Amino acid sequence: MSNQITGAQSLVNALEQAGVDVMFGIPGGAILPAYDPIYDSKIRHILVRHEQGAGHAATGYAQVTGRVGVCIATSGPGATNLVTPLADAQMDSVPVVAITGQVPSAAIGTDAFQEADIRGVTMPITKHNYLVTDPREIPKAIAEAFYIANSGRPGPVLVDIAKDALQKMTDYNYPSSINLLGYKPQFEPDSQAIRDAAALIAQSSKPVFYVGGGVIKANASQDLLKLAELVGAPVVTTLMARGAFPDSHHQHLGMPGMHGTVAAVTALQKADLLITLGARFDDRVTGKLSTFAVNAKIIHADIDPAEIGKNRYADVPVIGDLGPTIRALIPAVEAEFKKNKPDFTTWWRQMGSLREKYPLGYNEPSDGSLSPQYVIERIGTLTGPDGIYVAGVGQHQMWASQFVKYEKPRTWLNSGGLGTMGYAVPAAMGAKVGAPDTPVWAIDGDGCFQMTNQELVTCALNNIPIKVAVINNESLGMVRQWQTLFYQQRYSNTDLHSKRIPDFAKLAEAMGCVGLRCDSKSDVDKIIKEANAINDAPVVVDFNVHRDAMVWPMVAAGTSNDDIMIAKEMAPDWDSQEL
Amino acid sequence: MAQHTLSVLVENSPGVLARVASLFSRRGYNIDSLAVGPTENPAISRMTIVLNLEGHALDQVSAQLFKLVNVIGIQEMKPEDSRQRELLMVKVKNSPQDRTSIAALVAQYKGEIVGETPASLTIETVGTSKDLAELLTELNKFGVKELVQSGLIAIEDGDVTLVERTLKETGLASSESHSQTEDYQN
Repeated sequence: MSNQITGAQSLVNALEQAGVDVMFGIPGGAILPAYDPIYDSKIRHILVRHEQGAGHAATGYAQVTGRVGVCIATSGPGATNLVTPLADAQMDSVPVVAITGQVPSAAIGTDAFQEADIRGVTMPITKHNYLVTDPREIPKAIAEAFYIANSGRPGPVLVDIAKDALQKMTDYNYPSSINLLGYKPQFEPDSQAIRDAAALIAQSSKPVFYVGGGVIKANASQDLLKLAELVGAPVVTTLMARGAFPDSHHQHLGMPGMHGTVAAVTALQKADLLITLGARFDDRVTGKLSTFAVNAKIIHADIDPAEIGKNRYADVPVIGDLGPTIRALIPAVEAEFKKNKPDFTTWWRQMGSLREKYPLGYNEPSDGSLSPQYVIERIGTLTGPDGIYVAGVGQHQMWASQFVKYEKPRTWLNSGGLGTMGYAVPAAMGAKVGAPDTPVWAIDGDGCFQMTNQELVTCALNNIPIKVAVINNESLGMVRQWQTLFYQQRYSNTDLHSKRIPDFAKLAEAMGCVGLRCDSKSDVDKIIKEANAINDAPVVVDFNVHRDAMVWPMVAAGTSNDDIMIAKEMAPDWDSQEL
Repeated sequence: MAQHTLSVLVENSPGVLARVASLFSRRGYNIDSLAVGPTENPAISRMTIVLNLEGHALDQVSAQLFKLVNVIGIQEMKPEDSRQRELLMVKVKNSPQDRTSIAALVAQYKGEIVGETPASLTIETVGTSKDLAELLTELNKFGVKELVQSGLIAIEDGDVTLVERTLKETGLASSESHSQTEDYQN
């Protein structure tokens, strides 16, 4: 009996043994026993101001480091406040482990104070979850949670632990190996599938690499670079894959999708082969699915078998981790090319001319006010490709994806799948904790910023000096853009008045940050440099930008990618293109 | 659209039924019938799920199901090489003039009258979905007072046992396990 410890101590020991160095959370009644051993643990616990912040911070940390992000909350409202970040992490395949306290096991099901069935609530939005009522099972649940979160297709795992399980005495046994009957992700690809894929590549005349976020999860960017250069085909990187392939590379056509480049969107549409790597044919990429890439054969490489054929039939499915998959494709393609090296000259002439004719761009507002795209572009240029950029959701997110140039994986974070407004500030906080020596810019909107800015207090108190650019167009800008385009300029409930209230610079000062303001183009560089020079406090810059700037190009929701518009009522000049 | 019968082996742990039901609900798959019970291995339960789907949708359903951590294996039960049965229990109005016809009908469908009062006959029958539907149509003529029917269960013909084969296929019968802890640890 002398070796027995509390379930709470067992939890903390297990987290330490799983390699956790930092977690984000807030204590409360049901999780309180765990916070006593946390007090003595070597794990850094960062006390956030809202559990949603803890969840997104864990996500940001995980996205930047590739390690599992950890958040912890109490039962009931503490746990339900994690719902949004868990759904977010599930959609973007981010390895997160959430620990929640639960009411004592005898009280479960009685509508006890602060009781919520968080296992039931999170079943559809986690990769897996646990309810632990026996203290002996805590280390096993933690070990399995970390394994499940960061193997196969990564995702969030929630471990809900009853308060009495934390309080009871127990033996501590951390499992030396994990053997889950129903969970065996396939790591190595099937060799026949690799040969079939290589053969299709060699037979193609208009191939495109359709690169998704899976390449970043698999740490396969270097492998991708080799394969892409070997094949010589155009590359497009989705919103989740920005940085997986260098923007500066001559084979890169940019981002596809609703706000993708004309060249990237058209390359997918006109291709005869999509070499799909860790992407999932999301509606934001395909547009109207029945008109997407109608002449293309599909190679679909993904670690998740359920992605194969979910939205688009795959001619050659390749199940496996993208690292070994791409590394196996290289010699297979080399062997095929010895027999028959395809010629992509015509294809490149077409795509190259589209890229040249329709580069990303924007018009400066005619009234001399600040252009949001310019601000974002300058932040990227002045901070450079070593910086980490974290966006919220909306126009600023699209511009940050378009006008910051990404050269490296894990330097671009955003909420791609769920589209969670308010993601940027807490995710940037987590990113900065994971990469303390790297400048981290949250590029946020005034709408998003007002959802989660309370975490700047956490940043200020815990020496997490992130920088926040509030792209303040005093509107829910993307919604306003849709109202402009599709609702006859009837701006119902999108005017936030945020140039008047709140005063973001003062708000920042009140939260222990440096608050700056920028209204004119001539000050942009000076203020960005000023912000970049501050490394001992978080900085918030309120950029007052023109409110009517729009994100272009655009494929309207539910329409075909063929109907891409480069500006309002302006389609590309297809007639002059030989496609 | 075609009807498919899936035998799904799941870990015998709390919440598994909710996970499967939640998956079907959120992905918009309609279940015609669902039956859950034990297997010869106490750690494993078996669900038999009947659903109406297009051909290639079946692969997607299977892949989504298999993604659930507690799902160990999925096998389609083909009508031609499996036995598929449901249990029907029904109370029918009893009357002296119908008693003989009902008894004959029940015997024809290999059922049994398991309870009898002057007012009602309680009948139980095991059969294919089609047979039970036919029997029910006939019984309706006499007046069905109460009806209860189980989900379908199915077993393959021959020597194969699903649990054993599944464990072998997933490598669990051997010593292979995911023990490379460095793969997932922080």
